[in-house]
Amino acid sequence: MSAPRDKLGRPIVVVTGMGVVTSLGAGKTDNWTRLTAGESGIRTVTRFPIDSLKTTMAGTVDFVTLEPFSSTGLTERLAEMATAEALEQADIGGKADFPGPLFLAVAPVEVEWPQRLELGRAVGKTEFDYVDMLHVSGGGRFTAYHRRFMFGSVASYLAEKFGTKGSPISLSTACASGATAIQLGVEAIRRGEADAALCVGADGSVNPEAMVRFSLLSALSTQNDPPQAASKPFSKNRDGFVMAEGAGAMVLESYESAMARGAKILGVVAGCGELTDSFHRTRSSPDGKPIIGCMRKTLADAGLEPEQIDHINAHGTATPENDKMEYNTTAVVFGEHLPKIPVSSNKSMVGHTISAAGAVEAVFSLLTLEHQRIPPTINYEIPDPSILFDVVGNKARDARVTAVMSNSFGFGGQNASLILTREPV
Amino acid sequence: MTESNSAPAKEVWITGIGIVSSLGEGLDAHWDALNEKKINVDDKRFAPHIVHPLAPISFDAQIPKKGDQRQMEAWQRIGTYAAGLALDSAGVKGNKEILGRMDMIVAAGGGERDIAVDAAILNADARGNSSPGFLNERLMNDLRPTLFLAQLSNLLAGNIAIVHGVCGTSRTFMGEEAASIDAARIALARIESGQSDIALVGAAHNGERLDLLILYEFGDFNLTDKFAPVWQREDKSGFALGSAGCFLVLESREHAEARGAKPYARLTRVVADLAQRKQPGAVTKSLEALWPKLGVGDSGTLITGATGAEPATSDEKAFLRQHPGFAVRATGTMFGHTLETQFPLGLALAALSISRGSLFPPNDPTGLEVEKAGSPDQIVVVGAGHWQGEGMALVEAIK
Repeated sequence: MSAPRDKLGRPIVVVTGMGVVTSLGAGKTDNWTRLTAGESGIRTVTRFPIDSLKTTMAGTVDFVTLEPFSSTGLTERLAEMATAEALEQADIGGKADFPGPLFLAVAPVEVEWPQRLELGRAVGKTEFDYVDMLHVSGGGRFTAYHRRFMFGSVASYLAEKFGTKGSPISLSTACASGATAIQLGVEAIRRGEADAALCVGADGSVNPEAMVRFSLLSALSTQNDPPQAASKPFSKNRDGFVMAEGAGAMVLESYESAMARGAKILGVVAGCGELTDSFHRTRSSPDGKPIIGCMRKTLADAGLEPEQIDHINAHGTATPENDKMEYNTTAVVFGEHLPKIPVSSNKSMVGHTISAAGAVEAVFSLLTLEHQRIPPTINYEIPDPSILFDVVGNKARDARVTAVMSNSFGFGGQNASLILTREPV
Repeated sequence: MTESNSAPAKEVWITGIGIVSSLGEGLDAHWDALNEKKINVDDKRFAPHIVHPLAPISFDAQIPKKGDQRQMEAWQRIGTYAAGLALDSAGVKGNKEILGRMDMIVAAGGGERDIAVDAAILNADARGNSSPGFLNERLMNDLRPTLFLAQLSNLLAGNIAIVHGVCGTSRTFMGEEAASIDAARIALARIESGQSDIALVGAAHNGERLDLLILYEFGDFNLTDKFAPVWQREDKSGFALGSAGCFLVLESREHAEARGAKPYARLTRVVADLAQRKQPGAVTKSLEALWPKLGVGDSGTLITGATGAEPATSDEKAFLRQHPGFAVRATGTMFGHTLETQFPLGLALAALSISRGSLFPPNDPTGLEVEKAGSPDQIVVVGAGHWQGEGMALVEAIK
């Protein structure tokens, strides 16, 4: 008996479980309700002092508390919550016995300021340097910080907690990381290495230095008041993205394996694509060729023509450059079909969840397919006249949606796209 | 298990190697240094901590634009330099057609901090001069805007794309030693299955960093006071951080043959696992479980990235005792511990030894490493991370 294959003869990859946490709430139900109601999760930061910052709002996940707090610890907790939800829905494997590998998109890990300040105070002098700090770092006093600030620590925790198999992969492709995690899972299943894969994107890194870093690159919106109105994708008066936290998790399986165990199929990852831009560390090639190529590779990977895409879940960060570039490149790829394709940016409501964004937005894309309803792009009051997308502005729209393209673009020339469908294509 | 595509796995060759380390740059310099049993350590600069400092290198040779060099911190320069050497070695440097579709998997940690900025903030805090917004104010005023780009893990890959034009795909794996084992594993699997034809895989590490020494000091992992070879650290365990960059060009045999590329060796297998290291001997058990997957006999050659940290190194010794027919070499003695770079370094030295028709001599007074004459046709590469992650690869002569 031949297994179900896609147009290119590869195993079809389906989604059987999803979980999501954002500043809008925990879980698919809450997120979907608030997302389609056009609510914003962006608020003034209360986790740390905001004095001297140019940007004072973010999509922080404040309903999850952690003691002692660290961004990596929060990332771990968000990943765990999203994964638990996805596994409950997929009902796969036993407790702590997921039958496949883990691919985790996660922000780069580093020692954070509260711990650095603690270490500095441990020196016991008022004039000291890093050498003095090195001399008080050992001896067991800070042992826990070694593990906490290892890059592999979040994946290691999840691997043990959920019993994933083999060596878990932590990855970063900057703002495209979440999409890359899903792509790695798709590839493993297509190679026949695994029947199932757990793909997670998580980011809990709204902290002072992270905000300052993006701020110094002029990437963040400074429209602090009211915070809910700051993220304005595709608007003429957009001025940057809003940092945010969240996690998205997906259980991927081969169609054959999901059918064999009678799992409910939530959707299909029909295609993935990526293409590197070597133009500049933070800016896209002015001709947009890498992004155009990325979208075309993804269509080819799915075996679909542009006219078969009926919704685009845009990267839509609300930076002046991204949205313009995204429109220009999408217009080239979709040509005369573009006006018929409704486009929306979830980031208008949840902000930019950075390493998690690709995974969070893939979950929202599948919910869009399930509910046949497209979440709005809020704060769309003054459309940018040079961006001629059919933006789903301010109010959710019911629509027939069969195939969604979800785009993610990041610093370092990272471009990744996914195509998600309701049924195998 | 779902049946995969019916096509048989493609043979994968190592056609390019780039190394820069405390021992120098390039294959000849490393081959000579290994045969001369050279070790380059600095026990003064971070005393009592010991590091293997990067040999003097003119980065201009691989990173011609000073502007590019300025945009990078040392770890990115080391990696971008080594990547350039690998592309040269594979004969694809400047070949836009191939570079434009070349896949890249980089194993990376993070970049250097501005320790002067940090120290000023910490000193002010210690003097009680820190109002609630003090940290924000100092960071906003004192951090260089582009420092972030030199710190982001995926910006080593980004710099390689910009400087060398490797711009098919770009993925960065993180997670210390295991990250590069997985990078090699995934690149191999993608080429074997036809998902990719050619890939650049590797890592870079700057071991001369106080912030990293502090991070490993938290777990008491640093070697201090007196240098000793990896196998001779039983009384005083630990690793000496090393600076190194190592990249490999992997490609399918048919792709290499079509362009007339000369291979160093074949990469036959890469396997990896994550043991929960809660019981004594967990690493031994994990390595033993991986071993049969390589399909090697009772004797041969093995290059390990053993760190010198405990209990992993003793566990690995117990594993090695189960395979007494294998001549062992530990890269940690000569190169120090280079974290993500250690596994690619092992693969590179295995391929180099096979292509040069001999194994480099032991560098170990304990006798664990023994002389091995003859031309190796198979070399096992082992990596057991200092805190987690175990993996192995098989590098073979091309038949």
